[in-house]
Amino acid sequence: MAAISREILKRRGILPSPVMATIGTRSMASWFGHVEPAAKDPILGVTEAFLADPSPDKVNVGVGAYRDDNGKPVVLECVREAERRIAGNLNMEYLPMGGSIKMIEESLKLAYGEDSELIKEKRIAAVQALSGTGACRLFADFQKRFLPDTQIYIPIPTWANHHNIWRDACVPQRTFRYYHPETKGLDFASMMDDIKNAPNGSFFLLHACAHNPTGVDPSEEQWREISYQFKVKNHFPFFDMAYQGFASGDPNRDAKAIRIFLEDGHLIGCAQSYAKNMGLYGQRVGCLSILCEDELQAVAVKSQLQQLARPMYSNPPVHGALVVSIILGDPELKSLWLKEVKGMADRIIGMRKALRENLEKLGSPLSWEHITNQIGMFCYSGMTPEQVDRLTDEFHIYMTRNGRISMAGVTTGNVGYLANAIHEVTKSS
Amino acid sequence: MASQNPIAPSPAAGIYGGSVFANVVQAPEDPILGVTVAYNKDPSPVKVNLGVGAYRTEEGKPLVLNVVRRAEQLLVNDPSRVKEYLPITGLADFNKLSAKLIFGADSPAIQENRVATVQCLSGTGSLRVGGEFLARHYHERTIYIPQPTWGNHPKVFTLAGLSVKTYRYYDPTTRGLNFEGLLADLSAAPPGAIVLLHACAHNPTGVDPTLDQWEQIRLLMRSKGLLPFFDSAYQGFASGNLDADAQSVRMFVADGGECLTAQSYAKNMGLYGERVGALSIVCKSADVATRVESQLKLVIRPMYSNPPIHGASIVATILKDRELYHEWTIELKAMADRIINMRQQLFDALRARGTPGDWSHIIKQIGMFTFTGLNTEQVTFMTKEYHIYMTSDGRISMAGLSSKTVPHLVDAIHAAVTRMK
Repeated sequence: MAAISREILKRRGILPSPVMATIGTRSMASWFGHVEPAAKDPILGVTEAFLADPSPDKVNVGVGAYRDDNGKPVVLECVREAERRIAGNLNMEYLPMGGSIKMIEESLKLAYGEDSELIKEKRIAAVQALSGTGACRLFADFQKRFLPDTQIYIPIPTWANHHNIWRDACVPQRTFRYYHPETKGLDFASMMDDIKNAPNGSFFLLHACAHNPTGVDPSEEQWREISYQFKVKNHFPFFDMAYQGFASGDPNRDAKAIRIFLEDGHLIGCAQSYAKNMGLYGQRVGCLSILCEDELQAVAVKSQLQQLARPMYSNPPVHGALVVSIILGDPELKSLWLKEVKGMADRIIGMRKALRENLEKLGSPLSWEHITNQIGMFCYSGMTPEQVDRLTDEFHIYMTRNGRISMAGVTTGNVGYLANAIHEVTKSS
Repeated sequence: MASQNPIAPSPAAGIYGGSVFANVVQAPEDPILGVTVAYNKDPSPVKVNLGVGAYRTEEGKPLVLNVVRRAEQLLVNDPSRVKEYLPITGLADFNKLSAKLIFGADSPAIQENRVATVQCLSGTGSLRVGGEFLARHYHERTIYIPQPTWGNHPKVFTLAGLSVKTYRYYDPTTRGLNFEGLLADLSAAPPGAIVLLHACAHNPTGVDPTLDQWEQIRLLMRSKGLLPFFDSAYQGFASGNLDADAQSVRMFVADGGECLTAQSYAKNMGLYGERVGALSIVCKSADVATRVESQLKLVIRPMYSNPPIHGASIVATILKDRELYHEWTIELKAMADRIINMRQQLFDALRARGTPGDWSHIIKQIGMFTFTGLNTEQVTFMTKEYHIYMTSDGRISMAGLSSKTVPHLVDAIHAAVTRMK
């Protein structure tokens, strides 16, 4: 189809002027002429800049998606097999408003434990959600509707979109201290202070494992203390679990924080995502669950969650849910998945080790322990924005200016180059 | 470890240590879905489900289009396909092709890059994102929706931050359009108000304006600066012709003015559960469209970050391939024709039966639904005595009818009309 030039349109007399047009008896300007261009998303801007760079040495460690050792995106074998089974078989009817029952069942087993009594007692209100984002948003909307006087405590730092989600849900935000820049670890004392000083019954957003963006998680002992303090203060724990299995390679281990809180009797909320651990990024599959006192309450809460989903998208997408259900519901496929997710986690742990060793071998004056202490996809390097800019300008290395490195983008092929560049920009610190 | 702090009850705490959500009451059952629930419970062998808003074959089965299966196979067998996040605005190909589908490939608005299109979760998602955008960036926060309309419309726009008013639409006495009422109500709307228009196959009535009436609506709206927001959920599914079903939208775009359009592929491509749709905002200039698109991203990101890839990939695969596209138009026409056929069969059968009343609205109305004109008592009677399941407003889904079940439905209607007033 040929593009019609402005000339032709003008000649045909059907080219309106850029902003005004005569319609009937009225000339009208754009109703949206005052709309400001929105600020670019900081994370996506990194990838855009990376793609535009012609240098053969360029490295993208901004990307928040897994890459294999060749720097390529991965579709898991278990996923490919599940899709082969789906195609040509089932219909595409609407899911119920709350989503796929099967997917929800499997998701709860994953998060709460295979043999969880809570599941047997039907105490968990759960709906399929649009990945982690959708789960958090539904919870925020639910919080706004039913507990309009509450706020949410969010760790410093956190995934940038958390702030957007609770803001758009009109739930006021507070912060609690989390990351300790001096140690590049957890500022546990300050965190506990903030938990104690918050009013009783405050709502807290906790990263279940593999904190984004720092990679800094509390130890098991620390989680127990946090849980105890939450009991004392009657706080509501909302877990964002986006990396179960992906952090340590063991889903049960990665759910440890949640299991501790459950043992202690907390009535938790939980957002689960299959974006990273099943590589289903673009399918938008997740689950929101809220643990209630009894089955009756769970039914009521679920019905209200559905009421929030209905005017947003009516019912969630079926494809990704089918993939998850098939994989988790088939012992062989589940076994394959566990192997594959461990493979991804192991590669990342391996790259952490390699990056740290490389930096130490280069004789860096700084400590790089935090690279292997931190866990999950991201490493908070401790580099300043200026140092990051140098990495980009001089070495064509792309990452977010907060110094966050996506370990998923590190490969045996580029780890030496990366270490060298980091050393160059930090050696005089 | 921790010292015992004096505990003051906070507004958020329920029973100390109990759930903070203890006071949440169960939401009422969705009226439309409740019909299917009741239908499923009924053991009668003659039961008919006319509540379902999804296409069914003559055999009463859901249908996956052949062209969709083929597209899926292509995708599954392509080893280069990955599952990476889509951009916030969705699949670029899909967006361009969707805009062309509704506005026409030769639309000046498209040629001039004046259309901002974003992939959304079917019609619902497109309406919600559009509504939120308007609530933030448009000077008028009132949207007028037709009376009646799809049950979810008021909630979508209310949660988006708009205030909802209605305009007269359906005339129960004629079972047609209350055109005078419509014009009067839109004339009385404040300048700049948003107006929701069903592009074709009005849900739930099946009553559409004629092209002449559309032209009058257009002139009125443009003279008052009312902003059109089209809900296009049945393009191609109503008349069987994609271009014909887009006429109302194209008339508005042709005059150079601005509008919003929500598209759904749920019915016309049978992709219901995949949640595939698009929101397009036609702007006065390419520069405005660019800025609008950037702001749409800020609405989407905190809602679900980016849209699901599967369904949009199927649609793009079909729309960009001549042969697949052609096959789609044939399958689409077949669905539309079956529905039109059911309308004719039902009408003929009621006339042959001599059922009192004028039933011509059955063949005058268009699309999936017919507003029969039956009242709540008659509907309850039909459900109880004849196991006919439909919504209490008298709406039936023609998609749920087959040649085999028409006679039973006629029996039921005849009985309801003669025995109950």
